[in-house]
Amino acid sequence: MDTVEAPGTVPQARFDPRGLVELDETVPRTAEIDGDKATFDAHQLTTRQINLELRRLIYGEGIHEVTVRNPGAKHSLGVGILQRCKITFEGSLGYFACGLIDGPEVHITGRVGWSACENMMSGVVVIDGNAGSLTAAALRGGDVVVRGQVGARSGIDQKGGTIISLGDAGSMTGFMMQRGHQIICGNVGHGLGDSMYDGTIYVAGKVASLGIDCVPGEWTEADTEFVTRKFRIYGLGDPPELQKFVCGKKLYNYDSLEPSERKLVL
Amino acid sequence: MCGIAGIIYRNGNGAHRLGADMTRMLQSMKHRGPDSTGYALYRRPSADLIMRIKLDDGGGNGDIEYADRLRRRRREVEARLRAAGARVDSIEDINEYTIAAALDYDGELKHVADYVESVPGTEVLSAGSALEIIKDLGDAKTVGDAYKLDGYIGTHGIGHVRMATESDVDISNAHPYWAYPFSDVAVVHNGQLTNYHQWRRRLERLGHRFASDCDSEIIAVYLAQKMSEGATLEDAMRQSLDDLDGVFTYICVSDDALGMAKDELAAKPLVLYEGDDMVVLASEEMAIRAVIDREIETYDPYESQVMVWTR
Repeated sequence: MDTVEAPGTVPQARFDPRGLVELDETVPRTAEIDGDKATFDAHQLTTRQINLELRRLIYGEGIHEVTVRNPGAKHSLGVGILQRCKITFEGSLGYFACGLIDGPEVHITGRVGWSACENMMSGVVVIDGNAGSLTAAALRGGDVVVRGQVGARSGIDQKGGTIISLGDAGSMTGFMMQRGHQIICGNVGHGLGDSMYDGTIYVAGKVASLGIDCVPGEWTEADTEFVTRKFRIYGLGDPPELQKFVCGKKLYNYDSLEPSERKLVL
Repeated sequence: MCGIAGIIYRNGNGAHRLGADMTRMLQSMKHRGPDSTGYALYRRPSADLIMRIKLDDGGGNGDIEYADRLRRRRREVEARLRAAGARVDSIEDINEYTIAAALDYDGELKHVADYVESVPGTEVLSAGSALEIIKDLGDAKTVGDAYKLDGYIGTHGIGHVRMATESDVDISNAHPYWAYPFSDVAVVHNGQLTNYHQWRRRLERLGHRFASDCDSEIIAVYLAQKMSEGATLEDAMRQSLDDLDGVFTYICVSDDALGMAKDELAAKPLVLYEGDDMVVLASEEMAIRAVIDREIETYDPYESQVMVWTR
């Protein structure tokens, strides 16, 4: 048990034998605000303080553009922000970076650890460095652009949106993917698109092996338009020659409708 | 969950503050495992064989004869070292239940190690001319302070913070594991091995002993066995990818090399920084940032990858 609170009182006494609980709940208020822009240094702050400061600026002060210096690869930064805004992290982030966001346009100048942008609803995340495994797990919408390589299982359980990697990708890329797109400009590991239900994966490099029920798809005009548009938006130059992979639908017993859409159909 | 870390300096001829760096790395990953912390540290090889021996687990559980028992065991260990044919140059008391013996011995290491461990309750934590394994309960700061590792000067090393999932929380079950009976080899592991019992039976039949019930110990003994059959460290690590089942990322060190291996599912994390001055690897980038304060480029190795760096 990490905390002990007497019933009906303001929690004060805490029992934390392993010393793992981040106790500091005070908002640091250290950002320098300039009009609708703000900057703060995260070097001395805890994960909790950094997220509290971000929330204060975006929700409380109505700041549109926040720059976070020295994030120091801490975990869970910039999570759960549900408003349109611009956030720049000058440095690397740890695990679970920018998860559960809905709206922000994020630029990370370093790399990210595992599970970046998991369950992201909308917005854009551009990562200049490499990304760890499980990048954009259960992505629902928005674009995740990785200029380096991504780890294993990127876009696992992806339900929408687009993942672009300019480098290689690991094994089980697009595992159980249900919707959306992935563009991998390098090579991919074993089990590409294993057990995918739907969606499209474009690969420029070599595919080590295809996963169960993942098959090469037929290239159409719409594919060219989609890829070219995405590359143009993010200034990635001309897209390389890509191969398309889709679900073979041999194991296919599902539809890909959102609950609201299913109501209309039925 | 567990956190693993490794560092190998490529210059400076072994005059680096290895102990302090490793403590910083492990302390920054405390959230991955606060149960126990362990270090396998290497310095320039000495002429003697350094054997670190645990006489008992700390505290004695309120046993009033604890101090007596430790004294008796220490005497007995010293006698058996001599009986095994080793010349004991010195014995240092690291703390009340750990000693480090400097031996002049050219015989088979297994012989002297088995002689020592025949004293009930004792365990050889490590043996080699350059390797020392330090492990105890608590976080890195607690262990680092207790064993005065802040000033430890060395060439390369690995460390581990443990969140116990498969076996007890005590010193024997803490990582790193010495690759008994192979001098100067140690392993730290993050993951679970599912064919542990199979391999343990196979290796026990070949005469190896196991000091704990922890699945990770298999890796150390497995590598030792392969190397005693003539494989290099790297070859042994590559074979382990086929032979060991489960999810794992482990780091293995010998007196002049440090290597990592990742299973075919890439289920356990590892972040790598390869620089001209040093190679640093850890479960989380935070740990690498704890020892390097400039902007660096890091990446994750892919599945089934084995990499080895030499000093």
